[in-house]
Amino acid sequence: MTLTHSDKQPDNASLRSHIAAGEPFMLDIKAGQTVRLLDLEGNQAVDTLFYSASNPRERYDVQRTLRRQNSVYLTAGSVLYSNMGNPMLTISADTCGRHDTLGGACAQESNTVRYALNTRYMHSCRDNFLRASLHDGRLTKADISANINFFMNVPVTPEGGLTFEDGISGAGKYVELVAHMDIIILISNCPQLNNPCNGYNPTPAEILVWDQ
Amino acid sequence: MTIPAPLRTTLFEETLPGGGHTSFVLKRGQLLRLTDIEGSANVSMMLFNAHEKSERLNLPDSLKCQHTAKLTAGHCLYSDMGRVLAAIVTDTCGWSDSFGGVLNAEEVKAHYGEGRYQELRNGFFRNGVDNLLVEMGKWNMNLADLLMTLNLFSKVTIDAEGRFQFHANNSAAGDLIELYAPMDTLVVLTALQHPMDPNPQYAPKPVQLSWHQVADDGITVLCRNTRAENVRGLYNTDRIHL
Ligand SMILES: [Zn+2]
Repeated sequence: MTLTHSDKQPDNASLRSHIAAGEPFMLDIKAGQTVRLLDLEGNQAVDTLFYSASNPRERYDVQRTLRRQNSVYLTAGSVLYSNMGNPMLTISADTCGRHDTLGGACAQESNTVRYALNTRYMHSCRDNFLRASLHDGRLTKADISANINFFMNVPVTPEGGLTFEDGISGAGKYVELVAHMDIIILISNCPQLNNPCNGYNPTPAEILVWDQ
Repeated sequence: MTIPAPLRTTLFEETLPGGGHTSFVLKRGQLLRLTDIEGSANVSMMLFNAHEKSERLNLPDSLKCQHTAKLTAGHCLYSDMGRVLAAIVTDTCGWSDSFGGVLNAEEVKAHYGEGRYQELRNGFFRNGVDNLLVEMGKWNMNLADLLMTLNLFSKVTIDAEGRFQFHANNSAAGDLIELYAPMDTLVVLTALQHPMDPNPQYAPKPVQLSWHQVADDGITVLCRNTRAENVRGLYNTDRIHL
């Protein structure tokens, strides 16, 4: 795994925002801007979706992205493609080295299946996605598709097993993306309390944007 | 484990030609058998709750709750609402792929060259995005509803570096997959080559579809025994039939 550092300085960022554990977050960025997601305390899953701001029906497409880069993991150099086949963003820096885009977001309903029926009334990422989408008004449930889990490590074995490993992220690790079109970013900073990957302890993240 | 003939009634049979697309409601308690007629078939599939189509096949949920990246007999295909849209009760080829998705028109042209209706008539080169959108449009769905597809009969593995390897000829002539519906499920299918198939010729394979009524949902016992998660998923599914 190669790590790619960025020369961007937080002091020059045009936007800097703290995302508390368990919170949704939505942001518009322009073509050419760079966005950094920062894992402040380590092993936090930052569940993220990307949409074209000019036509939100155009969105991140996991299967096209994986197929075109011939790799199941995302890292520096990965181009994120849309469901219309257009490049949306490129990962320009990555000090974590690997990000999951197969595991999707936690939800009340999937928690009942994965963990126990009585988890139904816990907080979840898909609740966050819906809350942010419906307040904003440009996105609905139909637009919520398979997301990227930045900082999550979900290896696939040669036999086709899907494993959930302890995180390879740590405090201060980051991933940076440069936008090729005007983009809506939809984030849920995962509130998951049932998964040992984060030590049952959801923590805050930070988002930074640079104009150049 | 194929259900013995006395426990099922064949309702209907049809051939889905290579390049073709179709959609239908598989009713609760029915079983769909897909048979690879010639070998090396690939069928890209989407599933929806027939009564509330915003409830859709969710492959990330399906994969992570069963700790698998391949789907085969004993696995359930989950919606985003924690319910089972279909249970894979039989699979003689052993692997269906969740990674590859479908090609759009530009990708098909890059893969196979130009193959227009103008010159080729009904032998023209179809693509998965258009085929699925056409079927979805018939049920008043649109691009927003086009999510990940499951590629039945196809095998793609991952090496230590995370790169994909497509396994040609994973499915032989006569291989079959059976899907049991524990709820009314809208099935959308297209039979096209897998996007990672290196064959430079456009040559999609046909599959035989047959619909069956089964005697009871004892057929889900294999899925229930595979993982405790599937017991809870089928419990959630029963809940909508209160
Ligand atoms: Zn989550």
